[in-house]
Amino acid sequence: MNRIEGAFKGGKKVLITFVTGGDPSIEATERIIRALEESGAGLIEIGIPFSDPIAEGTVIQAADMRALAAGCTVDKLFDMVSRIRESVKIPLVFMTYLNPIFTYGKEKFLSNSKKCGIDGIIVPDMPFEEKGELGELCKSSGISLISMIAPTSDAKRVAAISREAEGFLYCVSSLGVTGMRGEIKTNVGELVAQAKKSADIPCAIGFGISNAAQAKEMSRLADGVIIGSAIVDLIAKNRGREEEAVREFVSGIAREL
Amino acid sequence: MDKKGRFGEYGGQYIPETLMSAVVEFESAYERYGQDADFKRELSELLQKYAGRPSLLYYAENMTNQLGGAKIYLKREDLNHTGSHKINNVLGQALLAKRMGKTRIIAETGAGQHGVAAATAATLLGMECEIFMGAEDAERQALNVFRMELLGAKVNRVTSGTQVLKDAVNETMREWTSRMADTHYALGSCMGPHPFPMIVRDFQKIIGEEIRAQMLEQEGRLPDMVVACVGGGSNAIGAFYDFIGDEGVELVGCEAAGLGVDTPQNAATIANGSVGVFHGMKSYFCQDEYGQIAPVYSISAGLDYPGIGPEHARLADSGRAKYVPVTDGEAVQAFEFLSRAEGIIPAIESAHAVAYVMREAPKMAGKIIVVNLSGRGDKDVASIARMKGVDVDE
Repeated sequence: MNRIEGAFKGGKKVLITFVTGGDPSIEATERIIRALEESGAGLIEIGIPFSDPIAEGTVIQAADMRALAAGCTVDKLFDMVSRIRESVKIPLVFMTYLNPIFTYGKEKFLSNSKKCGIDGIIVPDMPFEEKGELGELCKSSGISLISMIAPTSDAKRVAAISREAEGFLYCVSSLGVTGMRGEIKTNVGELVAQAKKSADIPCAIGFGISNAAQAKEMSRLADGVIIGSAIVDLIAKNRGREEEAVREFVSGIAREL
Repeated sequence: MDKKGRFGEYGGQYIPETLMSAVVEFESAYERYGQDADFKRELSELLQKYAGRPSLLYYAENMTNQLGGAKIYLKREDLNHTGSHKINNVLGQALLAKRMGKTRIIAETGAGQHGVAAATAATLLGMECEIFMGAEDAERQALNVFRMELLGAKVNRVTSGTQVLKDAVNETMREWTSRMADTHYALGSCMGPHPFPMIVRDFQKIIGEEIRAQMLEQEGRLPDMVVACVGGGSNAIGAFYDFIGDEGVELVGCEAAGLGVDTPQNAATIANGSVGVFHGMKSYFCQDEYGQIAPVYSISAGLDYPGIGPEHARLADSGRAKYVPVTDGEAVQAFEFLSRAEGIIPAIESAHAVAYVMREAPKMAGKIIVVNLSGRGDKDVASIARMKGVDVDE
């Protein structure tokens, strides 16, 4: 059983947290990841900053810009993950756009990811049609390629994507880019149910979840909830005390699940 | 096109899952209506009676004499309604969007030419329109911002990233991701995810088809060279496409070299870029070793783009078309030259193509060159004046 399967084992609800790698610094990210694990995160997504993140709202866009300005590179993130892997036990996945992977060299990227202890990758601008870019390479490297479904995916797509899904299925809660939303109005429960009909794959809901009440509500519909922008926003607003702020927020949510 | 949505290895559909349904819907609408007699008649009528097609193919005798070499013709896309080739594409896309039941058009713009054309088509067809324009471009092209507003469009100034064309594309994609049921994204160039590169090329290829017919009528033969400026590459692919099978016709795309291809301030994608995946497509991009898209530069807001359409990427690889860098300085010189020689003020984008012809024509006696004059230069007059230190009150 790999680490991602282990996280979802036994039907417990998994709290998935996102952090932009290198924002505000590699060292801070390292401390934040440890704090996230200690506060009850069951899986952590590490965003590799990209100059033009078209699926992100303003909060994560700004974090990407800060991280790049602070000199974050994928090589520095590989080193950081190697260091934390000695103690961090939960699954770690990279989330980034295809171009940083493609330009770095797909094989080299995946083999370095595996070597440093990464369990999976999420590539938001690589839909089912383009999965061939990384699908086989991920399999041979032992990295789970995590797919996404959205409220606009029709039944046929949901079935096809779910059947080939690895790790967990990222269920996008609503239209639009990442970012905190006051309420989530779409019928994301139905989307999850459709996926479950086609495959026995853990489903996690993300995009827009920003507080404990929303997390609790969404966790009833799926196997996990993903919180990104709310954490990245806290990191931006609590310079110098990022870990404390993240600890307080994340443990509060973990208690509710 | 080879396999679906691909030009060799280039093209594809690298977009978030949320947007897939919208591009699939657009593709099936094009399959359904693209060859439909009613649709074709309506588009053709709009192009003739509203946009002013066919555009003239003008023999530039003064320019020819002054350069003393090849015979030079100008394809006058600048004479189209709204002042550039952009109207060809937006009329097609807006008509399709209307057939799809959409009531709102969104679009990115660099120089403002595509924004103005989109706003025009939307207002003509009774649709709502919202334009996304980099804040820096909105500053450089203030007149076009007001023009779009005059046409009833809402103009959003994009302050993310480098605040130019690529950021405007990012923001329009984000907007489309949040609202697609009633909204069509009318992409302005032969770029982005499939089917945009194919559809935009199909709506622009009329330029080359007209050049062929007009050339045969005026000269009884095909030209030796067709030259166009290239940002995303829509006017160039429009001018080139019909000639791809004619090996005797040399195809030349002029990229913006800004302050020079050896300086960091340029937007010469084929000269300096490498293969990558961005804005929905695999193509050449200006980027760093880690795949971060480079902040490019050109005097021309319309060519200030770090990528190039996937069909151009293939034409460059195969050698069927050649792509050459042209600097700001050369473009400004050409802008002034054409104004004086022919009484035609070209868009600073198109001036890049004119500059290449100024360089090459003297060596090509007995040959015929067609330059695609993709837009008119009224929008650039103020900034050129500013650059020359002339105080103009806009």
